[in-house]
Amino acid sequence: MNLTALTELAEQELQRQQDLKLRLFLCYSTPCISAGAEAVKVALEELIKEQDLAAQLEVVATGCMGPCSRGPLLRIVVAGEERTYEKVTPEQACEILLHGLAGNPIETGALPADIPFFARQTKIVLGNNGWIDPGKIEHSIARDGYAALAYVLHEMSPEEVCNEIKKSGLRGRGGGGYPAGVKWNLVRKSPAERKYVVANGDEGDPGAYMDRTIMESDPHRVLEGMAIAGYAVGAEQGYIYVRGEYPLAAARLTKAIRDAERCGLLGSRVLDSSFNFRIDLRVGAGAFVCGEETALMTSIMGRRGQPVPRPPYPAQSGLWGYPTLINNVESFANVAPILHRGADWFAGFGTEKSKGTKVFALCGEVVNSGLIEVPMGISLRDIVFEIGGGLPDGGQFKAAQTGGPSGGCIPAEYLDTPVDYESLKELGSIMGSGGLIVMNETSCMPDVAKFFMEFCMDESCGKCVPCRVGTVEMYELLKRITDGSAMLGDLETLEELCGLVQETSLCGLGMTAPNPVLNTLKYYRAEYLAHIEENCCPAGVCQLDQVPLLKLPEHAAELAIFKEEN
Amino acid sequence: MTVPMASSVKEGENGHELKFQLVDKSLKKCQFQQDALIEVLHSAQEAFGHLDEEILDYVSLQLKLPPSWVYGVATFYNFFTLDPQGEHVCVVCLGTACYVKGAGEIIARLEEALEVEAGSTTADGSLTLMTARCLGNCSLAPMLTLDAEVLGKQTLESTIAAIEAKRALVAAAAEEEL
Ligand SMILES: Cc1cc2nc3c(=O)[nH]c(=O)nc-3n(C[C@H](O)[C@H](O)[C@H](O)COP(=O)(O)O)c2cc1C
Repeated sequence: MNLTALTELAEQELQRQQDLKLRLFLCYSTPCISAGAEAVKVALEELIKEQDLAAQLEVVATGCMGPCSRGPLLRIVVAGEERTYEKVTPEQACEILLHGLAGNPIETGALPADIPFFARQTKIVLGNNGWIDPGKIEHSIARDGYAALAYVLHEMSPEEVCNEIKKSGLRGRGGGGYPAGVKWNLVRKSPAERKYVVANGDEGDPGAYMDRTIMESDPHRVLEGMAIAGYAVGAEQGYIYVRGEYPLAAARLTKAIRDAERCGLLGSRVLDSSFNFRIDLRVGAGAFVCGEETALMTSIMGRRGQPVPRPPYPAQSGLWGYPTLINNVESFANVAPILHRGADWFAGFGTEKSKGTKVFALCGEVVNSGLIEVPMGISLRDIVFEIGGGLPDGGQFKAAQTGGPSGGCIPAEYLDTPVDYESLKELGSIMGSGGLIVMNETSCMPDVAKFFMEFCMDESCGKCVPCRVGTVEMYELLKRITDGSAMLGDLETLEELCGLVQETSLCGLGMTAPNPVLNTLKYYRAEYLAHIEENCCPAGVCQLDQVPLLKLPEHAAELAIFKEEN
Repeated sequence: MTVPMASSVKEGENGHELKFQLVDKSLKKCQFQQDALIEVLHSAQEAFGHLDEEILDYVSLQLKLPPSWVYGVATFYNFFTLDPQGEHVCVVCLGTACYVKGAGEIIARLEEALEVEAGSTTADGSLTLMTARCLGNCSLAPMLTLDAEVLGKQTLESTIAAIEAKRALVAAAAEEEL
């Protein structure tokens, strides 16, 4: 396929879509399917068959539309006006179809178009979500899919591409926030006969599903971003590493890769240029540490996914010793829009140091849980109370957890902090990959810290001692605090250990494992003290039925029972 | 502990060989490259349901890798299991959102009710209870998967009901066969 053919295909598809009297968009992502989208789809298809409507309309099974707690979601566009219906039943869906076809769409069940959940979002990465069938490459192409790649291949030099990305201010969305353009330039300048591009879709952070949704809802966007990166840094082979827990994402990417190759958008001589680019899928096998870039690469090479010391950085020596560009899936999903609409346009969103938008998985104790994309710099309050609609059942906001096991809990007094890389870091948390979990007063902070420490302890790969041993010791201390057997001195030991593990671990897993502890100690120290000194859990979560070892003599009676039981 | 699964007893030698053929297919597809070990293990586990010594030895022989290397990789990743699985697999998500919404209690009480520890299989081999570190369905918290089905917004009662329904189906099918 060449540029002309691509444009033609896009126009043809657009024409076909315009010729239809009605297009229905049914959210067919996992949350909506589990809420009953399958039955809705069957009912619609039966109705279409029964009344022989197939020539006039189509039902598009799309990726995630966002407000997952309101599924199944069905969207129609009539006379340029868009309506999204929530919690649709099969009967309602048929009504919606028939009325929509007649040109007088029903209003019941429709979400008002101006609710903050939609109005406060800016969709760049998720722009196609909810509008295309991820299994149909022509849907993507009709919405400018691969147009940026075509432009780049014919009009720009690799250096210009790298500089454009640098100018846009795009920073890595995998957590670290390293400037993407700088990294691309490093790989481009590394002399080597072979280079690789790797997309990190391991998304191990608990409470995060942005990358999953991107891969499931708009796989071609990721592939296009990778291909552009391949051209920019001089790589001919890409790998996309998907978590084993995401079989649907892997299946959709496999199909997308095959479709793109068939259309000549990947493979040899992409779009009739001299550029060759292949992408292979690698499926992970359930190890959090494989999200770390060096561990991920050892895993791609079929070994135990253990990190290796940096430097050398992957940009110098990565897969099989060759320079490797590794970016997060969401970072790659930003690439095509940047090149399509220009770096300046992209840099118009966000704050001075954090450009563009960020996708968050908003969940926990919040009314509208789901996937959102907001400009950088928006305040946490806006996210939780405007977009999220506040806490359900009159709950009190206690904390927002960001950054998963490497992040921390942000208390209510900092709700007005702008969400960007620097501000969150100042608060002792991190942007992380984008999980945002709202907690109410029934969450106990030492218990949350223990939860994350248990996670790190389980997921520590065991290669370096500080992380392997330190996480276990920190976990034991936290367990003592939450079961009532801690003494004040334990708190000191805990803090000391945190510093030690932070400074001496081999990779980011160990270096950031103490973050949730340090951060909750900073903001919720009183809660820790209540556990230790007053033997009371203010949130009412911990049992606190144990006694400190040193105090055991005072509890001789209980000790006797203890002996009897064992 | 190895509980023979009903299915593996029935199937006999023939099925066993067929499964090795599936592994061979995957070996050929990746041209016996040692770097493809994880993919091969994936397809072996898909075929057999688990990876036992025989399978691991076979893979190490075919890829010309030391058995310790193959064993090391198979035990590093949570996804690979060396023990046979139950007829049904229930995975309870313990991601942050699910935890905040009470998944910790669900798993603790499930362990009690089903008399099985998370990560192992019931004595009758009908169910394996597992936990996961986040399945990425946070808006459905607390959620779990029962075989391939995703069940969202669960309570202890709804979970047990779903599991019992699955088990009843199996029992009914077994009776019909008799
Ligand atoms: C323990 C650990 C886990 C990580 N997990 C992920 C992950 O799940 N997804 C991801 O994109 N990056 C993850 N990272 C960050 C990667 O190492 C790497 O920085 C990132 O993929 C680079 O891409 P970016 O520059 O586009 O952010 C993790 C890092 C550490 C230390």
